[in-house]
Amino acid sequence: MDKQIKMRVKNVNFFYGKTQALKDVNISIYANQVTALIGPSGCGKSTFIRLFNRMNELVPNTGLSGNIYLGDLEINEPQIDPVDIRRRVGMVFQKPNPFPKSIFENISYGLKVNGIRDRDFIEERVIQSLKRAALWEEVRERLQDSALKLSGGQQQRLCIARCLAVETEVILFDEPCASLDPISTAKIEELILELKKDYTIVIVTHNMQQAARVSDCTGFFLLGELIEFGKTQDIFTAPKDKRTEAYITGRFG
Amino acid sequence: MKRKYIQNLGFGGLFLCMFATLFFLGLIIYFITAKGAKVISWEFLTQVPRAAMTQGGIAPAIIGTFYITLGAIFFALPLGIACAIYLCEYSPKSFVVNIIRISINNLAGVPSVVFGLFGLAVFVKLFGFGISILSGSLTLGILALPLIISSAQEALLAVPQSIREASLSLGATKWETIKRIVLPAALPGILTGVILSIGRVAGETAPILFTAAAFYMRGYPKSIFSEAMVLPYQIYALMTEGVHPDRQRAIAYGCSFVLLFIVLFISGIAIFIRQRQRTQHG
Repeated sequence: MDKQIKMRVKNVNFFYGKTQALKDVNISIYANQVTALIGPSGCGKSTFIRLFNRMNELVPNTGLSGNIYLGDLEINEPQIDPVDIRRRVGMVFQKPNPFPKSIFENISYGLKVNGIRDRDFIEERVIQSLKRAALWEEVRERLQDSALKLSGGQQQRLCIARCLAVETEVILFDEPCASLDPISTAKIEELILELKKDYTIVIVTHNMQQAARVSDCTGFFLLGELIEFGKTQDIFTAPKDKRTEAYITGRFG
Repeated sequence: MKRKYIQNLGFGGLFLCMFATLFFLGLIIYFITAKGAKVISWEFLTQVPRAAMTQGGIAPAIIGTFYITLGAIFFALPLGIACAIYLCEYSPKSFVVNIIRISINNLAGVPSVVFGLFGLAVFVKLFGFGISILSGSLTLGILALPLIISSAQEALLAVPQSIREASLSLGATKWETIKRIVLPAALPGILTGVILSIGRVAGETAPILFTAAAFYMRGYPKSIFSEAMVLPYQIYALMTEGVHPDRQRAIAYGCSFVLLFIVLFISGIAIFIRQRQRTQHG
């Protein structure tokens, strides 16, 4: 793996109150690769991915130690505004969460809060983002309709388009297909493979086939620890740790 | 069989309760309409009163009610929403904040005549606004405040955390998120609180008794520092004062009818806005 490192996590521990959710996690996320994080429910992988864009700060009474780097930047340094980090590291959530606004406004929102006022530019970027998210053909006639009228799969692609519009460097997917049917899931997987040309992608998933299909690297979490991390191919064909093997062969989890 | 019987009994009970509620509501509307509608005429609605209230119309009281109600909402709405935003979105979940919450809820239970005395002491005397539309609006505004705050708080809390996170994840600041995502989503709920408080404010008599109301004016209020005729007080005065009780009673029912209509009208506007918001975003 001679790829460039985009994000790096060093000795991270994370606490909800007194409960330790992550134990001494170290990982490198490579640029223009898809990194999958797998593991049973409650193993800390969603908590972990939310560290990359400082989303866990919204949860009261949490504690963090260790370092997280975006390039050379330590993102938790006190002088760094989380808003600036989130402009570089976008996120797609587990449940589709479109704003109760029109399809157009959902996508232009990120541009507007980032200070872009040029209408032609915004319109162009909205269309371009919808096309990239493979949603354009389905919504081109009804950009002014409420986003809540879309189906679940369409809503999730809208959320991806919304994230693409602000042109982040990294996109975090937190179980993006958990509430979707197989066809919508396939569309989103296809999209992820397409996006890795321009983005660094981290995806949390429950679905091991999904991890195998879309990712270059895979990390296996268990009870807050990163048990094993490596090339997806190696993890799925020749896991080094017995627990990883047990999990991917379906013996627990 | 027994379970089915109990279920039917339950439904029956619920239906009776609903029916009783509707029955009394209908009765009120029927009586006010039956007794009040006959004095309603173009003249009654558009003329100033003459001959010690027994002739002419009640236009100044209608105008006064509008001014004072809108004035109260004008004061209470921004203040109430700002307060709710602070309590919901910014304040740390501490002991002090809990005390503030409880105080606000208790404020809603304070008798309205107490607000009236407070308004007299503070706005009329201390601030020197005199007996005026301004004093009345401020007093009623404070009365409406707890209603607006608690309904706005509920509306804000009902906005799902997931769309706040979505907004923040796109690089919006907390304030942008509140202003552009949370507030618009909470607006229908906030307006429900406004509707309720309008109904309450427009019909209150005690708080304006000492702060704004005049029984008999030949013209319209000149500014926000003028006294004003107001419908609820007018009804009270017509029934208890004056020299022609019989003729006054009919006019009092006319005033009640108009007041009922005004409250429905203002509420109707709020419901219309809320409905439009819902269909746009729902």
